[in-house]
Amino acid sequence: MKTSETLAFECETGNYHTFCPISCVAWLYQKIEDSFFLVVGTKTCGYFLQNALGVTIFAEPRYAMAELEEGDISAKLNDQVELERICLQIKNDRNPSVIFWIGTCTTEIIKMDLEGIAPILEKRLGIPIVVARANGLDYAFTQGEDTVLAAMAHRCPEYKHYTGKDSGEFERVALINNSSNNKYLFQKEESLKSNLVLFGSLPSSVASQLNLELKRQSVPVSGWLPSQRYNELPNLGEGIFVCGVNPFLSRTATTLMRRRKCQLVGAPFPIGPDGTRAWIEKICSVFNKKAEGLEERENQIWNKNKDYIQIIRDKSVFFMGDNLLEISIARFLIRCGMTVYEIGIPYMDRRYQSAELSFLQDTCEKMKKPSPRIVEKPDNYSQVQRMHELKPDLAITGMAHANPLEARNIDTKWSVEFTFAQIHGFSNARDILELVTRPLRRKSGFTPNSRSLSKQTLLN
Amino acid sequence: MKLAYWMYAGPAHIGTLRVASSFRNVHAIMHAPLGDDHFNVMRSMLERERDFTPVTASVVDRHVLARGSRDKVVNNISRKDEEQRPDSIVLTPTCTSSILQEDLQNFVDRASLYSESDVILADVNHYRVNELQASDKTLDQIVRHFLNKARGEGISNRSLTDMPSANIIGISTLGFHNQHDCRELKRLLGELGISINQIIPEGEFLKNLRDLPRAWFNVVPYREMGLMAATFLEKEYGMPFISQPPIGLLNTANFIARIGKLVNLWASASLEKEVNYDLYIENQTKFVSQAAWFSKSIDCQNLAGKEAAVFGDATHAASITKILVKEMGIRVSCAGTYCKHDVERFNEQVQGLCDEIIITEDHTKIGNMIARIEPSAIFGTQMERHIGKRIDIPCGVISSPVHIQNFPPGYRPFLGYEGTNQISDLIYNSFNLGMEDHLPDVFGGHDTKGVNTKSLSIDRVDIDWSPKAESELRKIPGFVRGKIRRNTEFFAKQNNISEITVDVMYAAKEKPSL
Repeated sequence: MKTSETLAFECETGNYHTFCPISCVAWLYQKIEDSFFLVVGTKTCGYFLQNALGVTIFAEPRYAMAELEEGDISAKLNDQVELERICLQIKNDRNPSVIFWIGTCTTEIIKMDLEGIAPILEKRLGIPIVVARANGLDYAFTQGEDTVLAAMAHRCPEYKHYTGKDSGEFERVALINNSSNNKYLFQKEESLKSNLVLFGSLPSSVASQLNLELKRQSVPVSGWLPSQRYNELPNLGEGIFVCGVNPFLSRTATTLMRRRKCQLVGAPFPIGPDGTRAWIEKICSVFNKKAEGLEERENQIWNKNKDYIQIIRDKSVFFMGDNLLEISIARFLIRCGMTVYEIGIPYMDRRYQSAELSFLQDTCEKMKKPSPRIVEKPDNYSQVQRMHELKPDLAITGMAHANPLEARNIDTKWSVEFTFAQIHGFSNARDILELVTRPLRRKSGFTPNSRSLSKQTLLN
Repeated sequence: MKLAYWMYAGPAHIGTLRVASSFRNVHAIMHAPLGDDHFNVMRSMLERERDFTPVTASVVDRHVLARGSRDKVVNNISRKDEEQRPDSIVLTPTCTSSILQEDLQNFVDRASLYSESDVILADVNHYRVNELQASDKTLDQIVRHFLNKARGEGISNRSLTDMPSANIIGISTLGFHNQHDCRELKRLLGELGISINQIIPEGEFLKNLRDLPRAWFNVVPYREMGLMAATFLEKEYGMPFISQPPIGLLNTANFIARIGKLVNLWASASLEKEVNYDLYIENQTKFVSQAAWFSKSIDCQNLAGKEAAVFGDATHAASITKILVKEMGIRVSCAGTYCKHDVERFNEQVQGLCDEIIITEDHTKIGNMIARIEPSAIFGTQMERHIGKRIDIPCGVISSPVHIQNFPPGYRPFLGYEGTNQISDLIYNSFNLGMEDHLPDVFGGHDTKGVNTKSLSIDRVDIDWSPKAESELRKIPGFVRGKIRRNTEFFAKQNNISEITVDVMYAAKEKPSL
């Protein structure tokens, strides 16, 4: 691979701070409007959710814990009976179109057969039950969404294409799945011309922005995984092209390719105007369309954001790494003129991200910036040591380290905000810059050089 | 399995971490999967802590599942030992390690051979205890460990200090207003001529623990953390302790009187005179604390007979109930706690002070209870604050679990005489009081939105209101409107009336109270 020759990859101890992947329920329950997320886990999971998700918990969210008690652990209680009771309660109270079971570390360790129980209860309750194992043993933070989408990919209706006698046009048939309770499988009446499905959960406004960008290039998007409602899932199958919008969806991509026989469009991710342009161009090239007006559009965005870019140009940044968006955001920031010292990242799928990685390298060359080192499974302690030497102007880090670093006079930006902010597409580039420049803008109005307030000195 | 949306007390390891990270130069290593170190976020964000939280994880991943932790935990302990040279490393089990059933004690024993720091395994079972119980237990365990160790090394010091002194046990990180309470408590004891021997766990070095028994007595301000350690010290070292929290005027006076008694046990021998704090209590009550005068003042008259609901941890819920009833003349319709492990004591404390006692960990029960009794104000946790928001009843936050706004930079103790002032403010401000609130309602004011149904309960009543009755209802001041609506509907149901007219409303009103 071209990228691996010059980009330096390293792997550390994996002792880093990140959110538990079950946090994906926070945005997924809002995205999929008729869903209910049931996290099958312990008090620890529940406590994390209620603290990490803050106020959403008071807004009668469509997620809850099936809290395991000692009887469940020691198998004194029957998992199926217990889950049936709880799901029945959920069905009565909320009547969702789908229930997601989120498996956790505990269900892994006690080997609770969620995948086995789900089809049985699905029949008995008449509600589809999708199982996703989003646990901290295997995954970090945003990868939770990946596991859920990968599980959902199996539930998408079958797309069948065959060549008509003369027209050669694709025709779509929503094949009814083999399962008996398929009422929820919504059959799309109007058949769309395109066969492009995008995957990744984005706020609906951002999704429509991206839809619009592609429509301008006459590449209409035929569906999204996930859709706004469970029964609007897109058709998948041979002849469908799929493209990811987020860098952490490698499992979903694999499932779409291997299990649903879709063709993956490997592109950089539509984060930043440079990324968005490259993403659209790649998709257009797959559909043999010549992308038009993109250079203009990109320049427009760069010009519009000059004020912010000026603040960060030639400043340095250090990514501690916790949400897998790091490569794309780093690439965008380098294009803005920043120097990136280190990109920490929980997990690096070099195949899924290959286009993004080579784009990163090109960007470095173009901007004449050194290639950053990419540290997989970073070690937060060592990173802090490195940061003391490098003295970056900005650290993009989790909330566990933000205040202590600020007290040591390193400006920080919480990485979690990038996950929840709208950062995709041309028009949202400003939102990324808004986030990145905030700590730096705040400083200008403040007393500069308010030296370290810390009472503890770090051992060097 | 239990369907749960929210919980009042966290999992056991949070309690252990709160204690471990409160001591100075102690590092906790969690045996936990990735993402379980959310404690660091809470500490860094809620407490706005300037230092890195001394908690790391020895990550449990697939390899650990397959082959066991092997040397991983031991290596992590030795590594931390070298990097940061903590006095002690506390290996903290989580729900995950509870079921893996690895021999953590063995890791601890092995690691102790190589480490300069003391390595301890926190002895808590995730499935048996919650955050509060675990914190109590861990504090007890650490105190025991270091006192026994000191005794073994022959360096324990059991001679009483010359002047009266006390230990404060149970001040910790992420505790509700703990830092302010601690300062207030120190001041209070200082004014009584009692020096502070040690404050644990917050900010104390472990090597100093050997001097713990030198104090004349122990103070345990919160029942949730420190009782076990205090009981141990009483049993082993004959140290008496006070576990009545000095929250509110009466409790504080009581607290000081007890201190007087304890000091006088030794005073004749050491000080050659007995102490008498009566004058101090009187002065403080009259002049330092405004609470006594405040509740006597005409402003507070409006509070008399108002209804409130109280819910929180055992310490705060019981104390606030007592203040509301005995010091301010407010009626507490319902007092409750989520500290199921301390029920007896709670019942004993609030017995006779409230109409109803509720012990539950289920916030929906509390929500329904509040919706049913419709108090004028709620005193509870952040959850009750949100319940109050939804049904338009003001709420004062008096207990954990809390949000960042409950870690105020300003001085806000709940304990002692300054605490009584703070609590007076909190209570008074929570009741939308006086003219400000009543006038708009009395004059039909700015309420054009129609009737607020004010209910969390699901059981809707199928009774029609005639338009006239509906508009009559709108004339009733907002703070009692919901109640009148419910009472009328109840009356109508009892008498098989299907439509409520103005006549029915007044008939219902004339009926003796329900």
